[in-house]
Amino acid sequence: MTETDTDIDPTTTTETASTDALDAALESFEDDGLDGYNYAYLDEHTKREVRRAVLKAIALPGHQVPYASRPMPLARGWGTGGIQASLSILGPEDTFKVIDQGSDESVNAANIRRLATDTAGVATTTDTTEADVVQTRHRIPEEVMTDDQILVLQVPVTDALRKVDSSDAANRRRHAHRNYGKMWVHLYENVVEWGEINIASRYPTMVAGRYLMDPSPIPRWDVPKLDHADNLFVFAAGREARIYAVPPHTEVEPLAFEDRDFQVERFPDQSCHACGSTDTYLTEVETDDGRRLYTCNDTSFCLKRRDDPELPKDHHLDRDGVDWGPGTPDIEEEAGAVAGDDGGPDADSEAGDDPDAPVAEQGGDRA
Amino acid sequence: MSVLEASNLTKVYGDGCPVCLEQTGDRAGTNQCPECGSVVACADVDLSVEEGEVLGIVGESGSGKSSLAEMLALEPDADGRVDGSVRYTNHEGNLLDVDYETRHDLRNEHISLVHQHIRDGLELEFTGGGNVAEKLLSAGWRNYEDVRERVRSLFAETEVPPARMDDPTHTYSGGMQRRVQIARALANDPEVVVLDEPTTGLDVSVQARVLDMFRRIQREEDVAAIVVSHDLGVIRLLADRTLVMRHGRVIESGLTDRIMEDPHHEYTQTLINSVI
Repeated sequence: MTETDTDIDPTTTTETASTDALDAALESFEDDGLDGYNYAYLDEHTKREVRRAVLKAIALPGHQVPYASRPMPLARGWGTGGIQASLSILGPEDTFKVIDQGSDESVNAANIRRLATDTAGVATTTDTTEADVVQTRHRIPEEVMTDDQILVLQVPVTDALRKVDSSDAANRRRHAHRNYGKMWVHLYENVVEWGEINIASRYPTMVAGRYLMDPSPIPRWDVPKLDHADNLFVFAAGREARIYAVPPHTEVEPLAFEDRDFQVERFPDQSCHACGSTDTYLTEVETDDGRRLYTCNDTSFCLKRRDDPELPKDHHLDRDGVDWGPGTPDIEEEAGAVAGDDGGPDADSEAGDDPDAPVAEQGGDRA
Repeated sequence: MSVLEASNLTKVYGDGCPVCLEQTGDRAGTNQCPECGSVVACADVDLSVEEGEVLGIVGESGSGKSSLAEMLALEPDADGRVDGSVRYTNHEGNLLDVDYETRHDLRNEHISLVHQHIRDGLELEFTGGGNVAEKLLSAGWRNYEDVRERVRSLFAETEVPPARMDDPTHTYSGGMQRRVQIARALANDPEVVVLDEPTTGLDVSVQARVLDMFRRIQREEDVAAIVVSHDLGVIRLLADRTLVMRHGRVIESGLTDRIMEDPHHEYTQTLINSVI
C-alpha cells in the first residue's frame, strides 16, 4: 500500500495517508510502550514506601500499617492495594498468578496479570505451585503454599472491629489495648440468634495472640490455612491505605467460644460436578436450564483434579499430610465428624444455604 | 477497713486561677469563679467507703455530685482539671493517675458505675443479655454456656424477665433498662458500685422496686456502694452514711439518720424541710 504514495489520485492519497498516520501512531505506541513508565509501573519511592510498610507489617503480625497508597490505573476497591503490594514485591525473574474469587479468568484478574507482564516483565501462570507471588481476591488457593511463595490479598475493609463500631479512632484504641470485648459480644449475639457463629466471610481472627485481624473476605473455609503456614501473607488495602501481614509460622486463631467451635462451611453430600472433589470449597452455580450444580471455586486446582481425581493438595511437596485448611488428608475425618456431630437437622439445612452466602457477600464488598 | 478512700478531690472546668477555690463554695454562694469564670465542680472532697457500706451523696443539681461520682468510678473525661487522690484497697497508687488499660481492668472487674443516662451505660442496639455479657467477655469468659448461665442468673437477681434477655435493649422499658444496667454493673462481682441517680426517669412504684432490689443484692453480696441522688428518699432508703454537697463542697456529713433527724447546716435543714 505504501508504494501508492506517489500516485496523484486525491482520494487514494487521503485514504492511505490517514491509514499511514494511524499505523505509524500505533507503531510508535508499540515501540515506546512503557518507556515513560518506571519498572513495575510504580516509581521507586512508592515501591520503597510499600516495602517498608510490608516489613513493618511482618514485624507486627496482624497490625495495620498505614502507607501512602497511590492512585492506580483502576478504581479504588478493585484491588489497588494488592497491585501496589504485588508490583513492589515482584522482580523480573518472578512468576505471577492472579486469582479473582478462585478464578484466574475473570476480567479483573486478567487485567492485573497483564499490567504486571507489561510493566514488570514477569512471567505469569495459573498454576499455584509455579507462582512466586500470588495476588488474590477473596480466596486462598486449595494447593498448599510453600515458604518461597508470597500470597498478596486484596482487602476491602481493614478493621475487623468496624463491624461493631464505626469509629476508627475508638477501634485503634481498642487494638492498642487488645480490648476486643465488643467483638466478643457480637459473636455472643450471633450464637444467640443462630445457634452457632454465623459469619460468612471476614471472620475475626487473632494473630499471634495480640491483634484482631480482618482476614479479608475469604470464606471461613480458608481461615485455618493462615495458621502456622509456610508462606507469607500480605494484606493490602488501596482505598484505606493500610497493609498488614501474617508472617510464616504464625499462630492465627479464629475467635470462638470454648463450647461453640469455629466451623468452616459444610457441603453435605456435595461434590464438584466437574472433578468430583469433596474436599474443596464449592460454590453453587445455576445452569441455563435451571439446574443447580456445585463446582470447585479454585478453578486451577479443579482442572488438575479433572486429570487426576486423587491428586492431593500437597502433591508438589516432599512431605504429605500437610495441614492446610479443612479437608486435607490428615484432618478430613475429624472435620467430617465435627460437621456431623453438633450439626443436627438445623445446622445441616443452614449449611445447604451457606455456599450462597459468602459469594453474595463477596460480590457486595467489591462495590 | 475502707475499700475506697478519696482525699482532696477537686475538679475544675476552665482555665482556673489562683483564687478559684477561695472565691467559690458554700460561703461564696457559687461554684463559678468571679475572676476567671472557671467552674469548680467540686473541691476538697474527702470521703471513704467501708466494706459493705453504702455512702450517700445528696445535693441539688449542679452541686458537683455527678462529677464526683465519675471521678470515683474512673470515668474518663477529657475536659477539666482533676486534683487529689483516690485510693482503692486492691490497687497501689492513685486511681486518678492510672493508664487506660489499668483503668479498663479496674472498671471492668472492681469498680462499676451505673450511669445516670441509659445511653452512656448501655448499647441499646445490643440485646439486654449482650450488654451484661460484654462485662463477662471483657473479663475473659470464653465459654458460651457459662456466660448464658451467669447472665440468666443476673437477670433473675435483678428481676428482669430472663425471657427478654435476647431482645434488643431499646425494646425494654425504662425500669428494665435500669435493672439491666445494675445487672451489668454487678456482673463481675465488683468491690464497689457507684450509682449515679439510680431512679432518674422512673415512676414512683418502679423506683421503689428497683431500690428494693438493689438494697437486697447489696446486702447479699456485701458490696460497697456510693449512691448519688438529689432525692432524699433514695438516700434515706439506701445509705448508711451521707454527704451533703452544695456549690461543689461537702457541707455536712454523718450517719444518714443523724442528718435526716438533726441537720446542722442551714442548707441541709432547708433540703429536708422541703421534701414533699
